Amino acid sequence: MRSSPEILESLENESIEIIRETAASFRNPVFLYSIGKDSSVVLHLIRKAFFPAQVPFPMLHIDTTWKFREMIEFRDQMADKYQIKLMTHTNQDGVRDGVTPFSTTASEYTRVMKTVALRQALDSYGFDAAIGGSRRDEEKSRAKERLFSVREAGHRWDPRAQRPELWRTYNPRIRPDQSMRVFPISDWTELDIWSYIQLHNIPVNPLYFAKERPVVKRGEQLIMIDDDRYPLINNEKPEMKKIRFRTLGCYPLTAGVESDAITLEQVVAEVMAVKLSERATRLIDGDKEDSMEKKKKEGYF
Amino acid sequence: MSSPSSKPIVRLLTCGSVDDGKSTLIGRLLVETDSVPHDTVSSARSTRRAGSIIPAGEIDFSLLTDGLEAEREQGITIDVAYRSMSLLDGRRLIIADAPGHEQYTRNMAVAASRADIALVLVDATRGVRVQTLRHLTICALMGVEKVIVVINKLDASNFDQKIYDDLAQELTPAIKRLAIEDSCFIPVSALEGDNVVYKTPKTAWHLGGSLLEEIQNWREKPRNNEHKRMGVQLISRAENFRGLSGTVSQGEFKVGDEVVILPSAKKAKISRLATFDGDIKSAPSGKAITMVLTPEVDATRGDFIEGADNFTAPADRFSANLVWLGEQELIHSRSYYLINGSSMVAATITTIRHRIDINNGEHESTRTLAMNEIGLVEIATDSPIALTKYSENRISGNFVIVDRVTLNTIGAGMVVHALRRASNITKHDYEINKATRSQQKGQRAKVIWMTGLSGSGKSTIADALEKELFAKGIHSYVLDGDNLRLGLNKDLGFTKEDRAENVRRVAEVSKLMVDAGLVVIVALVSPFKVDRDHAREIFDSGEFIEVWVKTPAEICAQRDPKGLYKKAREGNLPNLTGVGQDYEAPTSAELILDGTTDISLNVEKLMKEVL
Repeated sequence: MRSSPEILESLENESIEIIRETAASFRNPVFLYSIGKDSSVVLHLIRKAFFPAQVPFPMLHIDTTWKFREMIEFRDQMADKYQIKLMTHTNQDGVRDGVTPFSTTASEYTRVMKTVALRQALDSYGFDAAIGGSRRDEEKSRAKERLFSVREAGHRWDPRAQRPELWRTYNPRIRPDQSMRVFPISDWTELDIWSYIQLHNIPVNPLYFAKERPVVKRGEQLIMIDDDRYPLINNEKPEMKKIRFRTLGCYPLTAGVESDAITLEQVVAEVMAVKLSERATRLIDGDKEDSMEKKKKEGYF
Repeated sequence: MSSPSSKPIVRLLTCGSVDDGKSTLIGRLLVETDSVPHDTVSSARSTRRAGSIIPAGEIDFSLLTDGLEAEREQGITIDVAYRSMSLLDGRRLIIADAPGHEQYTRNMAVAASRADIALVLVDATRGVRVQTLRHLTICALMGVEKVIVVINKLDASNFDQKIYDDLAQELTPAIKRLAIEDSCFIPVSALEGDNVVYKTPKTAWHLGGSLLEEIQNWREKPRNNEHKRMGVQLISRAENFRGLSGTVSQGEFKVGDEVVILPSAKKAKISRLATFDGDIKSAPSGKAITMVLTPEVDATRGDFIEGADNFTAPADRFSANLVWLGEQELIHSRSYYLINGSSMVAATITTIRHRIDINNGEHESTRTLAMNEIGLVEIATDSPIALTKYSENRISGNFVIVDRVTLNTIGAGMVVHALRRASNITKHDYEINKATRSQQKGQRAKVIWMTGLSGSGKSTIADALEKELFAKGIHSYVLDGDNLRLGLNKDLGFTKEDRAENVRRVAEVSKLMVDAGLVVIVALVSPFKVDRDHAREIFDSGEFIEVWVKTPAEICAQRDPKGLYKKAREGNLPNLTGVGQDYEAPTSAELILDGTTDISLNVEKLMKEVL
C-alpha cells in the first residue's frame, strides 16, 4: 500500500518546520545534496519551506570523482533549474594519494573520499549546520539519531551523549567548536519517499529507472561500467542488462538490480514488492555489523 | 482508509526493560506486520551475540531493535530508537523505543514528550516493580493520552487468569491516582505471539483486543479549536511580499481572521495564507504556512500569532513541572535560557516547591534537582512570553531549559499555570529619569563591576577610586560584597545557588543606583561567568564595566586580610573561591587590573573608564 496523502502531508509539515528553524537559527547553513531520491525530496521541501522567497542557503555536493556520470549531469541541471547556488568539493589529498575504490578497502575509500572530504568542506566554508537526507529506517544507528544532531569538535558524533530533544521544541544553539547536522526527513520511510515523489511529480535521477546498461558481475552484485577506469578481468566483456538502481553512490560500489520498471508507477510497485533493505545494494556497508555507527562517529553523514 | 478524524501518524512509546521481553515484543510486532526488510530478518536468524541461548534458525528479536554498539554489548537500551510501521488501515505507527532503567529517565521523557500512546510492559513472572510505577508516572506527567499495560510472559503460567487479574488490580489505583483517563490491560506472550498482532484462543476470558487492535482503535481526544496559535519562525520576504512563516500548533486559522501578535498585543487581519501549492483559505493544526497580515504590523521570529478573541496573556512568572536533564544539578537564581517554539528568553528558577518521587508520586522538599529528577518549580522570565497550560496543549505549554555556557538542553518543563501576567506590572515611565538625573549631576551613570579572588585588592581599589571621584565632585557609591552580607544579603551563604542570588541582588541594587544617576563601584568576588553575564544584561550598553582584579592566588592567600584562606586550610571553609570552588576568569572584561602594582596606576586606569 502506498503511503497515504495524509501521512505524506503530515511528514512534509514537520520537515518544513525543521528546515525553517535551521535557516533562522544558524549563521551559515548548507544543504548536503547527494543527488539521490532522498536529496530530491529534501530539495523539494526546502523550496516549499521558503516559497515565495528564494532558498537562503547553498547546496554542497561531495564529489568523490567516481559518481555515475548521469548523477553529475542531473546535479547541474537541478541547481540551474531551481537557481540554487551549488558548491562542490573533492578531497584533493585523496586524489593525489591515488585513493580509489580499487586501491584500498571500501571503508577506507569512504573515509578518505567521503568522510574526510565532507569535514574539509564544512571547515573550509565555515558551515555551522548541514542539512542531510538521512532517514531513521535506513540503518540501526540512524534510528537513534536526533533531528538536530550536535557534532563535537572534529565533527565527532557521540551517540551516548546526545542532546535531549523533546516535543517539537528544538534547541539549535551550538558552541563555536561544535556544528549541527540536521535531518528533516528522519521519520520518512523509503516508501514515503517514492510515494511523495510520485504524488508531486518530483524530478529524480534517470538511474532509478530500468534501462539497458553495460554491466559485469562481482559475486552476486551487478556493477555498471560507467567509464573506462573500471578494471576488467582478462577479456571480460560488459554485458548489456536491463537494470535500475535502488540507491545512488560511487558507481564501482553501487550494485544495480535487474528490473523492467521504466515509469515511476512501476518503480513504486517494485519498492512495495521487494522487501530487502536499501543498503543491501551498497557495497560499503556490509563489512561489519556496526560499520555505520563507526563511520558516523568519525563524521560521516 | 483512515477516517478524517484520526491522526495519520500515531506515535507509540514503549517502556519496560529488555528483561521484560520488550525487544521481543517490538520485534514480533514489526515482523508479524511485515515491517522489517527480509534481509534484516534473516540476519537476525543467523547472527548470535555471545552467550545467546536462542536456538539456531529462530529470530533474535533484540538484534532488530538495539542499535548502538554499547547497547548490543551490554544487552540494554540506552537511548531512544525510532521505528516506523504501517497499521492495517494504512495509517502510520512510529514507535519510540525508550530505555527502562532509572538512570535513563531523561531519555524516556524524550520519547514520552511526543507519544500519543504508551505501552507499559509488566513481566508477569516478576510482578509489578518499582520501574512500572515510574513509567506510569512519567507517562502521566508528559501527557500521554492512552496507556496500554501489557502483562507479558503469561505463557509461563499457562495464561492463568488469576495472575493477570491480580496484576491489573494492583496497578489500577496508581493509574487512577495519576489521572490517566484512557488505559487498558492486555494479557500477552511476546515469545509465542499471543495477543500481539492476533488475538489468541488461549485467553478467551480477555474481552479487549490484541495489542495491535488497541493501538489501531485509539482516537485522539477532541481538541478545543477556539484557541488558535502559530509561532513565527521566520519572516519571508520576496518581491511585493512579506509574510510570517510558521506551523499552526493548535486550532485553525482562516483568511479574514482577526489575530493578535504576542507579546506586543498588536492586532491585524489575515489577508493571505500562502503555500508553495497555492494560497489556501484555512490552515488546520499542524500545517506549515506563510501568513500575510494587513496592516503589515511589526512581528518577528519568536512571536506568537493567536486569535484576537481568545489568546494567551503573556506572563513572566510560571509554575511548571520540570524534568531535570542536565548532568550538573539545577541552580536556583542562576540565569538559563528558556525556549518554546522559536521563542527564547532568559529565565531563572526562583523556587523549587517540591521534588516528585517518580517511583510513588510523593512530594519531597528539596533545594535542587539532580539529573533525572522531576519537580514542581516557579520560574521567572526576563521578558514576558505567551505560554499556555500544558494540559491545554502540549506544544504551546512546553519549554526546554538551556545552559547559557554549554548550550546543552538541561531541563524540560510543562507549564502548570502562569503566576503573574506581565500586564499587571506595566512599568510607569517617569519624566525625571536616569538621563535627567545624570545630566543634573554632570556625569554619566554607570557601574564599575570589580570581580576577583578574595584578597585580590578589590575593596582597597574601590576605596581609592571613590576618594578620587569624590574629589572631582562625581556622585558615587560603593557596594562591597562583604558589607552587603551584613544586611541585604545576610540570608545567603556561599553555595553556587546563593552566590547566583547574591550577584543578582547586587546587580539589581546597582541598577537602581545607576537609575539615580550615580557611578556605582561594586567590589564582589562574583566567581561565575554566567552570573556576571546575567548582571551585565540588565544594563544598557556601555553602562556595565567589568573589571577583573587579577592577583595570583598565592599572593591573595599570603595577604589573607580576613583570615579566610587560613580557615580554608584548616578545613573550616569549604566554599572559598579559588580553594574549594572554582573562579571562572572573565573572558570579556573591559579592563584587567594587576592587583600587585601601585594602586594609583589602577585608579588612573579606572578614572578613564568613568569619565
